[in-house]
Amino acid sequence: MSQTSSGHEGGTYAGGVWSWLTTVDHKRIAILYFVAGFIFLLIAGMEGQMIRLQLARPENRLLDPEFYNQLFTMHGTTMVFFAGMPLIIAFFNFVVPLQIGARDVAFPRLNAFSFWVFLFGGLFLYASFFFGGAPDGGWFAYMPLTGSQYSPRTGMDFYVLSLLLAGIGTIAGGVNFLVTILNLRAPGMSFMRMPLFTWMAFVVSALILLAFPPFTIGLVFMLFDRMFDTLFFNAAAGADPLLWQHLFWVFGHPEVYILILPAFGVVSDVIPTFSKKPLFGYPVVVFSGILIAFMGFGVWVHHMFSTGLGPIVNAVFGGATMLIAIPTGIKIFNWIATMWGGAIRFKAPMLFAIGLVGTFVIGGLSGVMHSSPPSDLQQTDTYFVVAHFHYVLIGGTVFGLFSGFYYWFPKVTGRMLSERLGAAHFWLTFLALNVTFFPMHFSGLLGMPRRTFTYAEGLGLETFNLVSTIGAFIFTLAFVPLVLNLWRAWRRGEPAGPNPWDAATLEWTMSSPPPHYNFAVIPEVESRDSLWHPHVDPGHEPGAGDPEPGGVIPRLQPDPAPEPVHMPNPSFWPLILALGLLVVTMGGLLGLRVVIPGVLLTFVGLFGWAFEPTEG
Amino acid sequence: MNRRSLTLLGLGLAFLVTQACGGEYPQSALHPTSDFAERLDGLFWLIFWWAVGVFVVVEGILIYTIIRFRARPDSERPKPVHGHTILELGWTIAPALILVAIAIPTIQTIFVVDNPPAEEADVTIEVIGRQWWWEFRYPDLGIVTANEAHVPVGQTVDVRLRSADVLHSFWVPRLGGKRDLVPGRENFIWFRPDSIGVFWGQCAEYCGTSHALMSLRFIVDSESDFDAWVANNQAPAVTQSDRLASQGRNVFLNNACISCHTIRGTNAQGQLGPDLTHVGSRLTIAAGVLDNNAENLARWISDPQDVKPGNLMPNMGLTEQQVEQLVAYLQTLR
Amino acid sequence: MHGPTSTGIPTRKLGMWTFIGSECMLFATLISTFLIYRGRNVVGPYPEELLNIPFITVTTFVLLMSSLMMVLALAAVQRGQRRASLLWLFMTALFGLIFLTGQYIEFSHFVHEGLGLSRNLFSSTFFVLTGTHGAHVAGGVIWLGTLWILALRGRLSPERAETVEIAGLYWHFVDVVWIVLFTIIYLLR
Repeated sequence: MSQTSSGHEGGTYAGGVWSWLTTVDHKRIAILYFVAGFIFLLIAGMEGQMIRLQLARPENRLLDPEFYNQLFTMHGTTMVFFAGMPLIIAFFNFVVPLQIGARDVAFPRLNAFSFWVFLFGGLFLYASFFFGGAPDGGWFAYMPLTGSQYSPRTGMDFYVLSLLLAGIGTIAGGVNFLVTILNLRAPGMSFMRMPLFTWMAFVVSALILLAFPPFTIGLVFMLFDRMFDTLFFNAAAGADPLLWQHLFWVFGHPEVYILILPAFGVVSDVIPTFSKKPLFGYPVVVFSGILIAFMGFGVWVHHMFSTGLGPIVNAVFGGATMLIAIPTGIKIFNWIATMWGGAIRFKAPMLFAIGLVGTFVIGGLSGVMHSSPPSDLQQTDTYFVVAHFHYVLIGGTVFGLFSGFYYWFPKVTGRMLSERLGAAHFWLTFLALNVTFFPMHFSGLLGMPRRTFTYAEGLGLETFNLVSTIGAFIFTLAFVPLVLNLWRAWRRGEPAGPNPWDAATLEWTMSSPPPHYNFAVIPEVESRDSLWHPHVDPGHEPGAGDPEPGGVIPRLQPDPAPEPVHMPNPSFWPLILALGLLVVTMGGLLGLRVVIPGVLLTFVGLFGWAFEPTEG
Repeated sequence: MNRRSLTLLGLGLAFLVTQACGGEYPQSALHPTSDFAERLDGLFWLIFWWAVGVFVVVEGILIYTIIRFRARPDSERPKPVHGHTILELGWTIAPALILVAIAIPTIQTIFVVDNPPAEEADVTIEVIGRQWWWEFRYPDLGIVTANEAHVPVGQTVDVRLRSADVLHSFWVPRLGGKRDLVPGRENFIWFRPDSIGVFWGQCAEYCGTSHALMSLRFIVDSESDFDAWVANNQAPAVTQSDRLASQGRNVFLNNACISCHTIRGTNAQGQLGPDLTHVGSRLTIAAGVLDNNAENLARWISDPQDVKPGNLMPNMGLTEQQVEQLVAYLQTLR
Repeated sequence: MHGPTSTGIPTRKLGMWTFIGSECMLFATLISTFLIYRGRNVVGPYPEELLNIPFITVTTFVLLMSSLMMVLALAAVQRGQRRASLLWLFMTALFGLIFLTGQYIEFSHFVHEGLGLSRNLFSSTFFVLTGTHGAHVAGGVIWLGTLWILALRGRLSPERAETVEIAGLYWHFVDVVWIVLFTIIYLLR
């Protein structure tokens, strides 16, 4: 095997664009995912701003309806698939191998491939703006509106093709992280010693593997209906258009948990660290996460209570939906119990974590309100639901991810962020969330349906909408301290050291940023909170030169590595393969003359990959 | 959370609540005027108050915890506590009990609102959703109309829902919840209105470009008003004596208007657009979007795409004079 | 970096198992759609008029035999028997190709009888379901062809038998899926 020998000099990277294009290192791929996902987040955020501008007053003519419909479609699609998912996978990439004591993921090249197809999928989707207009059927893309008869433009083709392309990468990522966590744990890292973030990454990977295929098939049906006139959703041919909704939500509801469980995982690691107490009820928190994921597959019809599926179906799925409140509540109570009796330090990661606990409760409770099917009949497809899921996705996912961002930033970069600016960022985001979305509970119940580019005067919705629009601009303001903070860290951030937060898990045992090979020596894990249970060397005589008294050896990694460490070579085949698939995808719109070269390029990528003399 | 932001939060909330309580809300789910809507409303408030209780308890404990256990300069390293079985059982069982308290009335309500009405309905209306307007048919009364339905107060109305194109959702919040119009299916919703008035409704399932402009009105009449409305609407269109109006009639009948619209009593028998036999008696035009007056009618006829982008009605290229005549004619169709 | 794994299962093999788990959901969705839409055709030709069960039984048998060939191929590679490896790998791929040819004949017969992709719900669901499976078989054939070339060049030593084993896992899975499809499409009425 010809592999790079990263020995004593091995902590450093080669520079240049080429090194990023060919990297297979999970830490660099994490950064790629994070940057790309964050840019998509900003774009989708701006789309949200434009939506709010249009709705600032009734019967506004700022945006025309076609463009408005494209905006809300792209806002939702981008946030879920090209901002939320990649940001989560960025954290998986950076943190999971470090938390389990591995030197990389199970399939480093597959990991790079996942990133490139995600990126190409996103770029392809946004290309639609320049080629005939973006998709305008909603991120949920309900048939038959999105069929060729009612959506003859190519917008929905971009939607279908880009999601199919990105979906390949997502499923590959699911395989990768599931196998990584199953197979690459350091000796002694049993399942019940895994940090909660890794646990949730494991659960989410399983969710991805089980939830994405039905969606893929739904997209294939839609593609075929649009391009080859198949009849999967054609009511006149005897088909049931509701099939799309079933396929979409069988995926779509687990997708919600794909987005939220990693945030729960972050918080379950952050709260113990900043309370200086181990997680309260560790096994209960783990199993409640598994239970949420499992039950997530049995509740999809609660998105369809108004479709007229009958009392029995609605009763069963309403009941199942209510049950999910129990494991979610258990998590909340365990987090509070972790803080109880602790010594809470209100650092930025902890502010966002506490913010999550506090605001997720609101989203959870409004969720219970529409878990009751009759109550939901007044709430579904109104701004009440918009309020609900933004509380869950911003108060949950975004707060969780920002908590993780402030928590692991010192590890990723080796620099500290300013606490003052971090706090400003938190409070502004918290304010923006509540000012924007709390009024939507009212506007929804008072009769404002979703996905409407305008609303009539005389409905009494003016004030609520104006307040929401003001809130949306506070979100923009909230990014100012974040940007300043990054700038400050780049110019004069204090060095972080291996473990700036006095955290307990393995990622804090090596220097920050971690060397290329992560672990100079693969650690032996003896407990859940490794760094809080330093290893006592029985043969060691206590002496004045000890880093800590009493013969206690802190579990820090030696630096430099005592022996050379073999790491996989960089490879450009993942990029070639992803490019091949991108060309095939483009062929979906441009015809066989593009598909054929795309397939050829794909095979070049596949064979180049298969015969490259490396492993992974 | 510091005290100042709490005060601000309280003030903001109070502001929103006062906003929501006063004022006119013709499309509100919180102001029910039928047995159906009242059932949903009752269930909502039941869950709401449970939710408020849970909210206060959880946030209270959370805020107490973070204040009481904040790190102080003299804080010692906290005692590691790994769990507590009784507590875990407690906060599993307590929410479960609350959910049972919610689930029982929920299921009772489901079996009322998702089943057909117990007794025979007094009025049956067929609703056909189209991009972006509503067709209403009264099969027992032989009436076809659009975007505005009249029903008698205190009687059970059975609404049968179908779609001619894409998904729509029928929603008149003060009379009932949403029910989708699905191609290839017939859904239903029923309710007994208890107050006279004009209630606003709107399509609640995204249905394309002008989804936002697919409104409707449900007008609950006294029994005698309803009977008068029925009698009027069963009759064909009135013949025109006014000169301007009869010129307008000619404009209508000699243009492509007739290929999409029906005016009973004339040779206009088109099926694609709304039935205009009694359009002059409606409160609004263009599916609840514009008040029905001469100015708005002229605006609609001159440039329908400006009022409702993407709809099927083309700009007919009529002269101003023709539009004026046509408006006069349509206004006589009462 | 590939020391002993936590589960004891080789990492790539575990990856294939995981992928197969995901594929199960893929086919489950296709099969559910096929079943939901069974008997809801508005126009003919109807499946019972066209499905040629004896013919498909033969190609099914061929595909099942290919699984046996795959087992023999793996055994040969593991024992380092180069000529036997070449033979059995070739036979596996060949049987796969025969199955695909049978599918091609069946498809063109249907189209010839007026049952194109967009004719009715049966044709839409049938072609997409069996077509997805056929694409899996085709992918497997290409994979086997690649392995065959490796074996020809003498690069398929017993140490690399894991690669063949993983290809075998995939191949057996695709066969098992066909047994389900055969039962559901042709046998269950």
